[in-house]
Amino acid sequence: MVNDNIVNCEHVWREISNYLEDDVDASFRSRMDEHFQTCSACRSLLEGTRNVIQLYSDERMIEVPSGFGSRLQHRLAQSRRAPGRSWSPWSAWLVPLAALLLITGGVRIASSRTVPQPLLSAHAQPARNIPPDMVVVVSADAKEFHVPGCEFIHNKERERTLTAKEAVDQGYVPCVRCLRKYLQTASAGRTSLEMEATSEPDIAGPKQDGGE
Amino acid sequence: MAEANVVVNNSVQAGTSHELELIDRVQRGENQLFYELVRPYERRVFAAAMAILRNESDAEDVAQEAMLKALRAIRQFRADARFSTWLIQITVNEALMRRRKDRNHVIEAIDDRRDEESDYAPRDFADWREIPSEALERKEVRQRLAQALASLDRKYREVFVLRDMEQLNIQETADALGISIASVKTRLLRARLMLRDLLAAGWEQGWFSRLPFEKGTKPW
Repeated sequence: MVNDNIVNCEHVWREISNYLEDDVDASFRSRMDEHFQTCSACRSLLEGTRNVIQLYSDERMIEVPSGFGSRLQHRLAQSRRAPGRSWSPWSAWLVPLAALLLITGGVRIASSRTVPQPLLSAHAQPARNIPPDMVVVVSADAKEFHVPGCEFIHNKERERTLTAKEAVDQGYVPCVRCLRKYLQTASAGRTSLEMEATSEPDIAGPKQDGGE
Repeated sequence: MAEANVVVNNSVQAGTSHELELIDRVQRGENQLFYELVRPYERRVFAAAMAILRNESDAEDVAQEAMLKALRAIRQFRADARFSTWLIQITVNEALMRRRKDRNHVIEAIDDRRDEESDYAPRDFADWREIPSEALERKEVRQRLAQALASLDRKYREVFVLRDMEQLNIQETADALGISIASVKTRLLRARLMLRDLLAAGWEQGWFSRLPFEKGTKPW
């Protein structure tokens, strides 16, 4: 009872989640413990909150559509059977699509998002300080790659994710706004060359040949 | 009395040696083993996508895309991270991107800019101490829980799902959603209390305590 002067119920409500995360400091924690001993409402709140976490963390709470696993397995297997770069999921389903579009639609495909081009910008900036496995986004008809959510992404409705290394390998250059912190130290001239050297249009290759 | 503290055990064990071996082999090019590697997590990957997209077919598609992306990037996975966390983060990123493309979500996004209120007061104090985990065997109970979760605002739901269902830690949840740690904590508190409110009421009405007989069947 006396402890209610020190920690009141509202304090407890505010911290109950942190308490369950073991993320309150030791002295506050012991005052909360004392409070729980005397306040049955807060004790009930604690137990109820703990129950919530326990119930929802149970695997049985996750229901997947029937056949989910086998469809996933099938799609993974499909990606392995794709010609050429068998590890690339993009080429896996883009090959037939690109071929069809090339036959029916002519060369406009070249600028579409479905076939990443060896895009090289005159503003190419050094990309080697960017962590290679950082997740970045690119969009169709643009030459830069961005941190997801960057406000300078053009054509947002046609963006896709990949790693920074893949973006560089495909000829994209880092956005000078959202990736600024990675770009300051190296020499621009030299890395433009580096990027040229690594930007083989590998993914686009077979599809282009097919259309000509 | 509550030994008070026992922190709910949300931790997921680190990669088993079998998992580490699978990762190593897939990284060396044995891609056919990838499904075996991700299989234990496929449900969680789907749930993460579902929490963000709220549409089964979109969520399934995004889950598949995320798995393909993970396969493609597997060489960049470092063994000092949890593989499951890495997979979930890729999935969340993919799902967020999908949502951004979908105009239907614009309205919800604006909603998101309101500051979260941290001074949430619990509504009732039903005594709900017993953990009725066997109740989860009943579909009706699982549906009630799912409905309660679905009724939360997006910002609370997402944080709750990533932390309490996907079992990312606070920092990982913040990174995955691109929000601050303080926001994660505030939203998590609010989400947990709101769910408790909703479910404690259900507890009083006997959702969890009824005997687990199917409707229409008799126990004798």
